[in-house]
Amino acid sequence: MVYDLEFEKPLAELEKKIHALQRKGEHLKPDERIQLLRAEQDLQHRTEEIYKTLTAWQTLLVARHKDRPYAADYIRLICDDFFELHGDRSFGDDHAIMTGPAKLDGTTVFMVCHQKGRDMKEKQYHNYGLAHPEGYRKSARVMQQAEKLGFPVICLVDTSGASPALPDEERGQAEAVAYNLYLMSRLRVPIIAAVIGEGGSGGALAISVADRILMLEHSIYTVASPEAASSILWRDRAFGAQAAEAMRISARELKALDLVDELVPEPLGGAHRDHQLTAANLKAALLKHLAELKQLPVDELLEQLYQKFRAIGKFGRVS
Amino acid sequence: MVKEAIPPISAQASSADQPKPGVHPSGNLAVKCIKCKELLYGRDWEKNLKVCPRCNYHFKLTAQERIDLLADPGSFVEIDADIISVDPLHFVSRSEVYADKLEEKRQDTGMNEAVVVGHITIEGLPLALAVMDFRFMGGSMGSVVGEKITDVIEFGIERRIPVLISSVSGGARMQEGLYSLMQMAKTSAALAKLGEAKIPYFSLITDPTTGGVTASFAMLGDITLAEPGALVSFTGPRVIEQFMHIKLPEGVVNSEFALQHGMIDAVVHRRELRHTLAKLLHLYSHNGNM
Repeated sequence: MVYDLEFEKPLAELEKKIHALQRKGEHLKPDERIQLLRAEQDLQHRTEEIYKTLTAWQTLLVARHKDRPYAADYIRLICDDFFELHGDRSFGDDHAIMTGPAKLDGTTVFMVCHQKGRDMKEKQYHNYGLAHPEGYRKSARVMQQAEKLGFPVICLVDTSGASPALPDEERGQAEAVAYNLYLMSRLRVPIIAAVIGEGGSGGALAISVADRILMLEHSIYTVASPEAASSILWRDRAFGAQAAEAMRISARELKALDLVDELVPEPLGGAHRDHQLTAANLKAALLKHLAELKQLPVDELLEQLYQKFRAIGKFGRVS
Repeated sequence: MVKEAIPPISAQASSADQPKPGVHPSGNLAVKCIKCKELLYGRDWEKNLKVCPRCNYHFKLTAQERIDLLADPGSFVEIDADIISVDPLHFVSRSEVYADKLEEKRQDTGMNEAVVVGHITIEGLPLALAVMDFRFMGGSMGSVVGEKITDVIEFGIERRIPVLISSVSGGARMQEGLYSLMQMAKTSAALAKLGEAKIPYFSLITDPTTGGVTASFAMLGDITLAEPGALVSFTGPRVIEQFMHIKLPEGVVNSEFALQHGMIDAVVHRRELRHTLAKLLHLYSHNGNM
């Protein structure tokens, strides 16, 4: 196992010790065997401790880990027969959004996802998961098709934000996001959104107005990237960690605030440790919620979604 | 000694944008346009609806000023006046104490939050409206702005009257974290219900309208109007510049840009606003009923 995140340093050191002992193989003395066993137990416990109490910033680091599974990985691991659809029928095809029908445990669902990209070539192809207006419009087109044909929608959310460039303004990025919020809130099929990595502000919300909002255990969801928040609050991007803590962006904190419906467990040390296990956990959660939602008559489904979002917000009244 | 004869201008958030009064040698109160530096005489400036007669820059209006501009005299009835923010995250960071900031803004502006909601008539036709105010934390949207806007949209559904939202905003309120982001979905959902009830929604965009407000209700109008030269964008010039490593010329992402790129219906001068809305209310009525 590689412990490459800064807060995993103590774990990395323990592991070095373990490897040094393990290399002795047959030649381990009895007391060294005990040392090895103890060290392995220690590593397990320390990893559990750290990962049970990750700070918001540490969670962000895990959510952004370079080996963390992306949407394409989950689609490959949990779906069959995924057929990718392309284009918004107006301007072009945004590779940051990956979408199309697939079989999930034998039933058809429509996947709507952010895809970030693993190596440099992929990252550029997928624009690092920063969707353009045509990406959101592609997702709208596909969601409307799902509604027309009566299939549920599953959104895998993983973006640091919608693309903020000038050409995106020209093509109406704000309107594209807004339109999706409007559309999804009245879509007459079940929608489940799962934040698998970064839920980056409006760019994430644009595909997560859903009947159920799930978050992988070490994912984040935020109104603005911590760096952007730091810049807005203190005119300096350097205080992202403080902003992340104050805004409570981690999945665990958001669940505690009742802002999301369920946390999907990750393998010890983060999803990047075990793609298969994480995917299995995600699949189980998706199937469970899908089964519940399918029971609801459409009007009830719509009203529950409306009331779910209606209830979000804390305020008081002047006495 | 400088005497104030122009209507009270909040000293706080808008002080960088509002002109500073001074006394002209002739004795009239004078303000300087922050865009073109033209000297504007207090009473003329007021009469010109706080629009610079030389460069046409539309200064920010307070919520009350906007309502007074649009409403038939005495027709405004406020709702939800008593709703206030309660610091849901207990946001304290680097000496930024949200609860204190809220209290400070309430004192400074005399407002409880960044939006006033209620209903008016324009030429006798009823209109539910929400008017945002930049002085209260830059018009940022948190739980209360979202709640009040949703309430007034639901009021429109209940009474079957059209809804107007006048936007001005620096975006979502950081200090309320994900609660703020979710207000985008909440308000958009209410507008979707309004649409299903076949009731029109008019969006008015004023300077500046950015971020989560633009990417939700501001861009969902059945009709979307903007004042001339208003900054209207998803992120804003600074973010665009940082992301693209370029320098933008002044005022690129504004109302005219949005119109040119097919994103809004019309740019309307402030003096035409009331009349335009009256016309739209007539156009969008089915023989007087909704």
